[in-house]
Amino acid sequence: MDILPTIWFIAIAALWIGYLLLEGFDLGVGMHLFLTARGDRQRRVMINTIGPVWDGNEVWLITAGAATFAAFPFWYASLFSTLYIPLTLVLLGLIFRAVSIEWRGKGRTPRWARRWDIAMAAGSFVSAFGVGAMLTLTTTGLPIDADGNRVGGPFAWLTGYAVLGGFAVVGFCLIHAAIFLALKADGPVRAAARTFAVRWSPIALLPIVAWVLIMQLRSGTVVTWTLVAVAVLAVLFAWLNARAGFEGRAFAGTAVFLIAGAASIFAAAYPVVLPSTIDPAFDLTVANAASGSYTLTVMTWVAAFGLPVIIASQVWTYWVFRHRVSEKHIPLAHVFTAAVRPQGE
Amino acid sequence: MDPLEIARWQFGITTVYHFWMVPLTLGLGPVVAIFQTMWVRTGEERWLRMTKFWGKLYLINFILGVATGLVQEFQFGMAWSEYSRFVGDVFGAPLAMEGLLAFFFESIFLGLWIFGWGRLPKRVHLATLWIAVAGSVVSAYFIIVANSWMQHPVGVELVDGRPVMTDIWAVLTNNTAIAAYTHTIFGAFGVGAAFLIGISWYQLWQRRRDGVDEVDATGRVIVGEAPSIPGRDRTDHSVWIRSLRIGTVVAILGFGGVAITGDVQAKLMFDQQPMKMAAAEAACHTGTAFSVFAIGDLGAQSCDDVVNVIEVPGLLSFLAHGDFDTQIKGVNDLIPEYQEAYGTTTADGTEINYVPIMAVTYWGFRLMIGFGALAAFAAVVALWMTRKGTVPRSKWIMRLALLGILAPFAANSAGWIFTEMGRQPFVVAPNPNPSGVDGVFMFTAAAVSPTATVGELLFSLISLATVYGALMVVEVILLVRFVRGGVGSAMPELAPHDDDHGGGHDPDDPDAPKSGDVLAFAY
Ligand code: HDD
Ligand code: HEM
Ligand code: HEM
Repeated sequence: MDILPTIWFIAIAALWIGYLLLEGFDLGVGMHLFLTARGDRQRRVMINTIGPVWDGNEVWLITAGAATFAAFPFWYASLFSTLYIPLTLVLLGLIFRAVSIEWRGKGRTPRWARRWDIAMAAGSFVSAFGVGAMLTLTTTGLPIDADGNRVGGPFAWLTGYAVLGGFAVVGFCLIHAAIFLALKADGPVRAAARTFAVRWSPIALLPIVAWVLIMQLRSGTVVTWTLVAVAVLAVLFAWLNARAGFEGRAFAGTAVFLIAGAASIFAAAYPVVLPSTIDPAFDLTVANAASGSYTLTVMTWVAAFGLPVIIASQVWTYWVFRHRVSEKHIPLAHVFTAAVRPQGE
Repeated sequence: MDPLEIARWQFGITTVYHFWMVPLTLGLGPVVAIFQTMWVRTGEERWLRMTKFWGKLYLINFILGVATGLVQEFQFGMAWSEYSRFVGDVFGAPLAMEGLLAFFFESIFLGLWIFGWGRLPKRVHLATLWIAVAGSVVSAYFIIVANSWMQHPVGVELVDGRPVMTDIWAVLTNNTAIAAYTHTIFGAFGVGAAFLIGISWYQLWQRRRDGVDEVDATGRVIVGEAPSIPGRDRTDHSVWIRSLRIGTVVAILGFGGVAITGDVQAKLMFDQQPMKMAAAEAACHTGTAFSVFAIGDLGAQSCDDVVNVIEVPGLLSFLAHGDFDTQIKGVNDLIPEYQEAYGTTTADGTEINYVPIMAVTYWGFRLMIGFGALAAFAAVVALWMTRKGTVPRSKWIMRLALLGILAPFAANSAGWIFTEMGRQPFVVAPNPNPSGVDGVFMFTAAAVSPTATVGELLFSLISLATVYGALMVVEVILLVRFVRGGVGSAMPELAPHDDDHGGGHDPDDPDAPKSGDVLAFAY
């Protein structure tokens, strides 16, 4: 077993899990703007629950990408170039999501805010779907040849797995965000979000469960099946607590569900990082896709120093902003005029 | 259509665009942090207002930097997969370090700063801004390290034709990187400074036009106030004049630094990428003279048509070596050397042209310096013209001051376009100089993703360019609106309140926002 590449495989899995865990509710909140919120003030409550944290959460994605580049350049190159179109859409989605959060409150008319809300919801949906498709495909396989290059046209990646994975992450984000909103918001938003989670989780979580099971049936081991069992217990725990109104416990439940479920997927995939659907001999594995051991050693030091500080900072942020947000915390829209003397005065 | 061409256009457009937000973030961030530090130390109202106003503009700009930076991170794998495979071992490391050691801190602590007003203790709140700003400055370092490795590969050895990192320290202390990093940071200060000067000038001018401030017989300002306009009190004057004068000082510092570090870069480049420098000079033949103005078909990527109209003998040698008579190799003498070292044809038999597009390198270099010099000159003039405490009433000078904001942006873009296109036809430039690892190089043509189709590339090029264009329009509209609103636009507590609309506020509820306590960043 190659120790360093394995460590980095685990690190990258952890970065993706961290991304889904944190940005999962950001993207879900974006979609909930038009699912559970009623009216502008409720939408603002929702956006303000993620306001201080969404940018930090997004960096998990950036770092997952960059760490893949550094540790497994062949994986990074094959996966990203094969998925050119869907990743372009993910990027466009994330661009719209980012600017709409920031710009929606800076216009003068309700129409302005509403347009940016639509951009945010659509951007969140598209990027969640695209990331889900990408992660599923890197575990189920892409048509790549001996050089890691795509065989077939721009849509050669488009299979049932891609669609399944897209819905898996979208569905997870919706439920995770509903429970997050129930935990972080107060008033009608809280109630509506909790109802949503209780009512829809049995359906919305089906695709992600399907993905987990597909991976287990392909290459499950005792370890991965144990993780699956943990995930199942966690999601039941989450659902029961959401129904009973214990939002904190419910959130812990979906978090453990995600961590265990995604870990079971990555563990089942190991040591293959990107299977080839053309010929298993072309699979990219932790051994043949990795950087040299010197680079990996350097990166291990950097991560060992950086990650604990990052996690501590993020925990502190969540602590500082631990209070629930409700409509009464939302200030009036701030209307301002040019600082000039009106004409004719 | 050639996929390579589209991929290059797309990379160039998105990167240059990203680098419009970047220098403003890098230049304005430290200034805002200093303003807030002054406020925490002195408790004076004007520093608070400066923090809030400039902080608001900083944030509007920041977010677009984040949104466009994401594209950068993914593009290498999407459009340049061969490049990513070739350089991943060494190039990925600084990128990942940037994420782990810079972006996280930048984003996490900026979130804390934005929402931490009134919630965190003052000093802790100030610290969050400093950490975020430090994150930006560190991120710039790592990405420049990555870029400089492409200009001057160090710290690697070739294993099976691929560079494998052997010395991270050499990569991080690459002399090219240190010169380029300091140069870029100083250039960013120039951008931030021009922003401060132009906008403060406009506000001071408005105060004069509206009759708020007058001048006495000697031209000295008599500060007034206009209660009918939100925020137009006496403190307001001091906000703008301070910002303006701080801006001029930062500008002089920035442009001074740029000249010194640029000189270092030029000397390195004569060693490391002689062809780039020769092309930047349109120096066809070996000699010592610096060209000030050249005519002829510079775009031809060949030297036969170029006529140097104005030359300064000896200056080129001075730039390159610090003396007046060292002979600097010209393009026509370098071509055979490159051909001998790196071949005459590519794998598929096309002839390699080692001369970058000279119109770009020659004018890119001159525009960079020219716009920088213009902005530096303008800053000195501004410092002198405002010595009596306000600006002249002239509308034209005010317009020039606003227009001047663009000059350092243009200088930055020109600098990058020169650096990146001057490196062509290589994406990783070979280094004849012994301090680099010779033999580590890659042609741009070999770097592009072999699977990327014209359709895919066009799709991303067109969609990104369209979205970027639209976002730029919105960004400028928003910036203009906030600039016109003055301090009041960032501090609603200054504006008279009309509490009838909205509702939902319970005056007895300690949790409810006080009327002044509007989120610095109400979503
Ligand atoms: C000299 C500085 C510099 C240069 C050359 C670049 N950037 Fe940049 N980048 C920054 C300086 C910066 C910054 C100042 O740190 C930004 C700008 C505004 C911001 O939000 O942070 C940023 C943002 C930013 C982000 C978003 C970070 C976040 O969410 O906080 C990413 C992913 C990148 N950049 C990636 C890149 C890549 C891959 C580049 C190379 C092609 C690149 N940048 C060139
Ligand atoms: C932010 C400042 C930067 C700007 C404005 C910039 C500009 C450009 C431009 C204009 C091109 C196109 C060159 C051509 O078509 O001939 C280009 C290409 C490229 N640059 Fe940069 N660049 C910047 C920073 C970087 C950095 C930091 C990196 C690496 C980390 C980088 C890597 C590349 C690559 C891989 C290409 C593609 C190959 C090519 O066409 O030359 N650039 N850049
Ligand atoms: C006396 C003035 C200047 C000199 C001698 C100078 C010199 C240089 C040189 C030689 C390079 C190319 C480095 C390379 O390709 O390796 C460069 C790049 C660059 N310049 Fe300048 N420059 C000057 C002024 C400015 C100004 C005023 C700005 C912006 C405000 C600026 C911004 C840049 C940028 C952004 C780059 C590309 C990034 C880099 O390589 O650092 N420069 N400059």
